[in-house]
Amino acid sequence: MIKLNVNGKSMEVDVEPDTPLLWVLRDTLGLTGTKYGCGMALCGACTVHLGGDPIRACVTPVSAVGEQPILTIEGLSSDRSHPVQQAWIELDVPQCGYCQSGQIMSAVALLKQNPKPTDSDIDSAMAGNLCRCGTYQRIRAAIHRAAETPAKS
Amino acid sequence: MSQATSSIASSSTVSKLAGTLSRRDFVRGGTVVATGLVIGIGLTGCKPGNEPAREMKTIEANAWLRIGTDDSITFLCDRSEMGQGVFTALPMLLAEELGVAVDRIKVEFAPAGDAYSNNLLGTQITGGSTSIRDAWEKLRRAGAQARMMLVGTAAEQWKTPPETCRVEDGVIISSHGKRLSFGAVAEAAASRPLPADVPLKAAADYVVIGKPQKRLDTPAKVDGSAVYGIDVQLDGMLYGALAQSPVLLGTVKSYQDDKAKTMPGVRAVVPTSSGIVVVADSWWRAKQGRDALEIVWSNGANATLSDATIMRGLRKAATGKAQVARADGDANAALKSAARVVRADYELPLLAHATLEPQNCTADVKADSCDLYVPTQIQQVAQATAANAAGLQTSQVRVHTTFLGGGFGRRLEVDFIPAAVEASKAVGQPVKLLWTREDDMTHDAYRPPAFDQCAAGFDDQGKLVSWHLHLTSPSITARMFPAVVENAIDPFAIEAAANYPYDVPNVLVEYVPAEIGIHVGYWRSVSHALNCFVAESFMDELAAAARKDPVQFRTELLGKQPRYREVLQTAVREARYGQAPAGRFHGVAVMEGYGTYMAQVAEISLQDGKVQVHRITCVADCGQVVNPDIVTAQIESSIVFGLSAALWGEINVAGGRVQQTNFDRYRIASMNDVPKISTYVLPSDEAPGGIGEPATALVAPALCNAIVAATGRRVRSLPLTRHKLA
Repeated sequence: MIKLNVNGKSMEVDVEPDTPLLWVLRDTLGLTGTKYGCGMALCGACTVHLGGDPIRACVTPVSAVGEQPILTIEGLSSDRSHPVQQAWIELDVPQCGYCQSGQIMSAVALLKQNPKPTDSDIDSAMAGNLCRCGTYQRIRAAIHRAAETPAKS
Repeated sequence: MSQATSSIASSSTVSKLAGTLSRRDFVRGGTVVATGLVIGIGLTGCKPGNEPAREMKTIEANAWLRIGTDDSITFLCDRSEMGQGVFTALPMLLAEELGVAVDRIKVEFAPAGDAYSNNLLGTQITGGSTSIRDAWEKLRRAGAQARMMLVGTAAEQWKTPPETCRVEDGVIISSHGKRLSFGAVAEAAASRPLPADVPLKAAADYVVIGKPQKRLDTPAKVDGSAVYGIDVQLDGMLYGALAQSPVLLGTVKSYQDDKAKTMPGVRAVVPTSSGIVVVADSWWRAKQGRDALEIVWSNGANATLSDATIMRGLRKAATGKAQVARADGDANAALKSAARVVRADYELPLLAHATLEPQNCTADVKADSCDLYVPTQIQQVAQATAANAAGLQTSQVRVHTTFLGGGFGRRLEVDFIPAAVEASKAVGQPVKLLWTREDDMTHDAYRPPAFDQCAAGFDDQGKLVSWHLHLTSPSITARMFPAVVENAIDPFAIEAAANYPYDVPNVLVEYVPAEIGIHVGYWRSVSHALNCFVAESFMDELAAAARKDPVQFRTELLGKQPRYREVLQTAVREARYGQAPAGRFHGVAVMEGYGTYMAQVAEISLQDGKVQVHRITCVADCGQVVNPDIVTAQIESSIVFGLSAALWGEINVAGGRVQQTNFDRYRIASMNDVPKISTYVLPSDEAPGGIGEPATALVAPALCNAIVAATGRRVRSLPLTRHKLA
């Protein structure tokens, strides 16, 4: 059994140690908000936070996680109240929406590091999160919008 | 032949399409499918505490609308939500006439059914940028019909004429101020006859259509709760991973599964019509099992297929018999007698759809039923496909459409369905079958490649007198809907070509369907993306030959085309065409597709031989608009899609195998690749046009025309990575 701390809860999972964290979250724990897009850290759809930093869950073996806390889209807020989620809603960012959990998790990490990012800060921080619907213009605007909102805690 | 006004199927095409897909009655355009009023009885969800559930009745006012005696209003969305906004825009149409706030409507996806047939395409299809055009009358009429029955019921109870009553957000109010909610009268309304005459509001009276309305699916898409196909979870569900022939359309000769069967979690190895499925208790374990299979493949006819053989085949086919898509005057004779002839050949590559959600399907097959949970754009074909795979009647298959993690035409295919059904049937449990990214990229139904030849003639006064476009590409429709092309031309191969808008006396558009041995599929904007690149690039070549500015040259030939002229002039003004900053260059393209008129101006510079796209200005006249913000979003989206294709998009084949396997070699635009996109939607009283696709097609020609302005070099094949532009 492997112990994990996901969204503030301790859990135990019975999986092979080399299983990517993505599939533990999705199939073992039922947290399907985190998406599979490429399996090679090329698209960012599986972005979650590990110990506060954004990682690609599709290439992170569950054995490498240890006791570091994992935060997924489901744990960001219980009521979509996180300023990044609010900005996404205000600007109606998603289209198909499939990449947006990953986009939001990357944006949250960016704003934690850099509360007032410029366009080029955003472009470089978000370059690893692909959106096939091309919502980039709105993602950029929504990150600026969220940056205007004082972050909770 | 007169100029085609819309590239979507003509009525004769529609009937044929319907005939192919279903023997059931085809629903003729414009009529509301009244199912009669059906009363269902349900229970409200368990309330907190131990309050007993109250009996709640649900009245099906028509195929799309359910009204609960608890005043709940549910819209059954019969088009797939793949980002284009039907989950919001379609209930807006219904709400306009029904008289409820859009936010009060709960949206669920409709099942498969004839009642939901797309009148423009003859079966239940989300594609061809048809959703609004198809629903425009139908859903407003459905809303109005239900409202009339509800108001009529209340008026009867009050013994007052219905026309003295009004409706405010789901409440009927009499002239004396008496009030009854929809829920209160819905059950009684169900026994009323359907009103025959259903007048609709004048545009000036709209309170929903054309007004800002937030997307109804956004909340679920920012907290991870939206359920895509990949997210389906069922009791007792197992997971499947599929091994398919690496050579396209190859088959299994033999396989060895001893090792796979011993791997952790693996429950079964199931040979299916699509390849071998390994079924396990998690998808990762299923995939590990699949990777441990030892399979000998029979490569079949495609073992030596390559880019070179495909293009050679197209060039050879081009010399064969062509079908005539349009002939005005005698273009060949006019070419022969022309004072000056300009010719150019163009080539376009195969492209993958690359939806971010890989193909998947969850099937739960029982002895006498199959539940199919599937991100699909084509419910009735999915249903028939599953029935066939399960050995059941079509009516025994229930299709549950999920959100789609991108469609773009990929999910008009049903190639990911049979293996899921066959695996579930074999193991007697629900199976969620998921393709890897690599499976998805190497087993697409690719955007067709093309070899296109252009010729045009000027008379001795410099007037353009002949225009000839000769298209050669595989026909998608010949495989998907063969009855449509029986004794006819593939209407989805000649878009943005047969409707050539310029005032030229002799026009000839020909098409040679040329099979290439692998499946090609409908890819966002379909043949518009091929033909607009060719036709609008060649127009710039002709402008250069005539020594005229490309905009001036076009404008002079658009005298009879006010809607084209208006979008072009607006784009020129908004982009400040001709006044590019130092070192930047403009290119332009225009098109009509899906009933929408559009112009784009690309602003680029070249740095070290690489194109830098700074801005794309897009002007659309798409008729009346239902949700303005979604229209803008779709234009932005289509442009990014077209940009990826123009800059880098290319699927290469060697030895029958697709060489691109993931996003490292099939590049799609990321945030730092995307220019400023400025969209302008012209006000219009015309009928709605489609907006999910057209803007994709104009990007490449606008871009390549700007490259000519910058470098003098004409790009006649895509993607741009094939060309050194320094």
